[in-house]
Amino acid sequence: MDLVNLSGNLLYAAFILYLIATLFFGATIRDKRSTKSKKGISGNIAITITILGFLAQLGYFITRWMASGHAPLGNMFEFVTFLGMAMVLGFIIIYFMYRIGFLGLFALPLAMIIIAYASMFPTQLAPLVPTLNTSWLYIHVSTVAVGQGILFISFVAGLMYLIKKIDQKKRTKKNIGLELILYMIFLFVGFIVSTTTFSIMDYDATFEYQDGTQIIETEYRLPAIAAPNNGVLLTENVMEPWFEAPGWMQGADAGRKFNTVIWSVITGTILYGLTVLILRKRVGAALQPLLRGVKAELLDEIMYRAVTIGFPIFTLGGLIFASIWAQIAWGRFWGWDPKEVWALITWFFYAAFLHLRLSRGWHGEKSGWLAVIGFGIILFNLIVVNLVIAGLHSYA
Amino acid sequence: MNKIKCECGHINPEGTVLCEACGKPIEGNQHIDGNDKKLLLNMRYEGSARRSQTYRKSFVDKVWSFFSSVKVGVWLIVLALVASMIGTLFPQQQFIPPNAESRDPAVYYEAQFGMVGKIYYQLGFHEMYSSWWYLILLGLIGVSLVICSLDRFVPLYKALKIQKPRRHETFLNRQRFFSETEEVSKADIGQVKEKLRKQRYKVTEQNGHILAEKGRFSRWGPYVNHIGLIIILLAAILRSTPIMFTDEYVWVRDGETTVIPGTKGDYYVENKQFILDTHDPEDERFKDALEISGAVASNFQTDVVIYKATNNDVPGAKPELEPILTESIQMNKPAKFNGYTLYQSGYQPNEFSSMTFKIHETDDEDATAIDSFTINLFEPESEYILDNGFRAVIDQYYPDYYLDDDGIPASETNYPRNPAFVLAVYPPETSLPEVSFIGIGRNIDATGENEYKVAIQDFETHFVSGMTLRVDRTLIFFGLGAAIFMIGVIQGMYWQHRRVWIHPKNNGLLLAAHTNKNWFGLARDIEKAIEKTNIKMVEARQELDK
Ligand code: HEM
Repeated sequence: MDLVNLSGNLLYAAFILYLIATLFFGATIRDKRSTKSKKGISGNIAITITILGFLAQLGYFITRWMASGHAPLGNMFEFVTFLGMAMVLGFIIIYFMYRIGFLGLFALPLAMIIIAYASMFPTQLAPLVPTLNTSWLYIHVSTVAVGQGILFISFVAGLMYLIKKIDQKKRTKKNIGLELILYMIFLFVGFIVSTTTFSIMDYDATFEYQDGTQIIETEYRLPAIAAPNNGVLLTENVMEPWFEAPGWMQGADAGRKFNTVIWSVITGTILYGLTVLILRKRVGAALQPLLRGVKAELLDEIMYRAVTIGFPIFTLGGLIFASIWAQIAWGRFWGWDPKEVWALITWFFYAAFLHLRLSRGWHGEKSGWLAVIGFGIILFNLIVVNLVIAGLHSYA
Repeated sequence: MNKIKCECGHINPEGTVLCEACGKPIEGNQHIDGNDKKLLLNMRYEGSARRSQTYRKSFVDKVWSFFSSVKVGVWLIVLALVASMIGTLFPQQQFIPPNAESRDPAVYYEAQFGMVGKIYYQLGFHEMYSSWWYLILLGLIGVSLVICSLDRFVPLYKALKIQKPRRHETFLNRQRFFSETEEVSKADIGQVKEKLRKQRYKVTEQNGHILAEKGRFSRWGPYVNHIGLIIILLAAILRSTPIMFTDEYVWVRDGETTVIPGTKGDYYVENKQFILDTHDPEDERFKDALEISGAVASNFQTDVVIYKATNNDVPGAKPELEPILTESIQMNKPAKFNGYTLYQSGYQPNEFSSMTFKIHETDDEDATAIDSFTINLFEPESEYILDNGFRAVIDQYYPDYYLDDDGIPASETNYPRNPAFVLAVYPPETSLPEVSFIGIGRNIDATGENEYKVAIQDFETHFVSGMTLRVDRTLIFFGLGAAIFMIGVIQGMYWQHRRVWIHPKNNGLLLAAHTNKNWFGLARDIEKAIEKTNIKMVEARQELDK
């Protein structure tokens, strides 16, 4: 078996291990009602499997590094996978501080969605362009990812706090807001499901369109609901597009990306709808009883603590190391590139979070909403800014 | 000034909320920190007297209170955040893509994004980050940082310095961690002290009243990090002056030596050779990816020699150049000399250096050359006299030819990227020229009656390397500010200020504790300390928001 295959299998193994660990973390909640020592046992098994999964993923990282000759942080697949790994690391760190299993029940599935999301992008080994060919790539990217991984735990604790505390008896603005957040998680799953389905079917349709002064060909891997603006379908015997992407959509392959979004929304909405039909209540309401045995104060503390740990690391990686590298590569440490601006926005946001908590006493629920929004900004920077608002950092 | 004397004997400055020494709430001032409405005391500044909360009459007081308010600070941060977001909605002017139909912002935004784009442009959002109001916003954050830090630092410092182990009962029973035990032995108290010391608490005692404290220095974290931020903002102001910051761009073609702009004529650069390497498409590792993406560059490099002009002070003299540095500049590997840094930042492939033309008879199907001549595109001569009696005169030269909006030939730049000529050819012993227009892929006979035709026979190209020269003397300040900021946040976030008070009462004691964050850690410390004693574990009373 060559290194690349080995690497792929290790990633796969990590994914399965995280899944098994999640089940064991689930058991810690059930055990709550029986004896205390049993809870300890399933918790210990669960964290051990999590660590094994993490090691497997580390193995993926190292073997892939050996295979390509550079740290696998050069494209969307590699970076997002690494972020997933950092999220698991964040969880492991916080677990050993507070020893609470139910955190894993939420954190691991979300990390798994991120890893699955990553593998929807092209996974071939790709060479590095000259700008990325420096050790500052790993220093910068890995620090940012670890910071974000820990901030992710703040998001998880915040989300759990909201699920636990928000009244689900009758419909309110708050539980609709919470439901919206959960719905967005379904959209990610929708993206993964639709992409996987059509890639198994090997679907392919080619379009040609004009971008500025150039003629560009683009390959659709999902049936075209939205064609590129002024696009012409070249492939025969495939679904005709229903309409064209609007002209103001900018950047490389805007039409194809827009089409992918449409598919994610359709599939995600169907999945969400089915879930609600089966549960016969809001997803938030269905999750609430799971958290009955969890202390709200502890969730509040974790969501704050994760920010206090993650914020300095994020600052170091996302602003300071980033600036040092930009200075070496381009001679300007700050250039108001969209990606840089969004790192600054993230930083401002968490600074505001910390100040609001300290001085306005925004604890508990308000703080929970902020923790969720904060991670939303991080994901926005990862996905929308990378893929849509293309700048110097654009991976796609 | 109305000093306030506490029953413990300590004299507090006006505006104090909790006595600096014993912590007893001072009547009439409880609204300042909101203690009047809550069970728990607000401990953020130890109830010390802050100027912003005490003097609110004169104009100066009002300005001071305004900027020292964290609410205002957060608003400023949020405004800067929202403005930054809006700035990424559409590309900033500098990022308008090169293949856009028009790069003129007045046209681009409306053409691309319609009405919204037009408004975006008219509001000046296309240059958001250098707009005066964005800069003022950052400036106000700076002002706010300075004032809020001054407002709190001194009183907090004093209050922490003066605090006594003996605390007033009201102070203790209004802490978040509190318990009361009726009956405690001396040995138990001794053990608790010992265990707290083992956990590296500093224990002080006063008539049986005990204060165990650790991590006080972490309270200064925010002040340290704010100083870092202020230094960064000052550095940003410095950077806008030309003495501290220079930014120039220079194009140098292979083999050329040219003065480096921004160095006052002191330095010259010679481009020995520009190298563009691509990844090997046969490389086993990357074959699949390269098949999809096409060629991927692996290296941009300019081999340069940097010269110093030794006679720069003699006006008009031809520069005497003395080589000082030979270097291969690459991406992520700039050349440095005397405080200047030269970066690889672009290249122009296939710029033409010379073109060779041949003359043949228009009817000749084989286009056999009768004569030929070579034009050096950087120093074209006005007339070429050829061996066979022909004479070619350059009537017009367009180094970078294009048709302008009125359909008139023009040159877009002065670089020979797409050279075109109007040539007048005088066949032997005639005085009437035959005029033709000739360029890459174009060959037009002006009258349609030319007996001889001119055609491009050959050409030579070269690379042009684009290099950026930077001098940034502010880097050191940014680095210093960033380092101080990091020290400050780590100091404030990774350590916590924990205090445990033990207050003897009759046969038992009151136990209370406070920390500025990480209550979980403090609870564990206390659990360890009171293990196997009679002392009751503190009760955690937190007032969470709805
Ligand atoms: C982008 C700018 C800013 C950043 C990154 C920043 C960062 C921080 C950090 C990390 C803390 C410590 C928080 C904690 O320990 O949880 C802090 C505390 C604080 N900041 Fe800022 N700050 C900024 C701007 C401001 C401004 C404009 C004000 C003005 C009112 C301000 C006032 C304070 C105050 C009063 C504290 C609390 C000190 C304490 O309670 O001990 N900050 N700041």
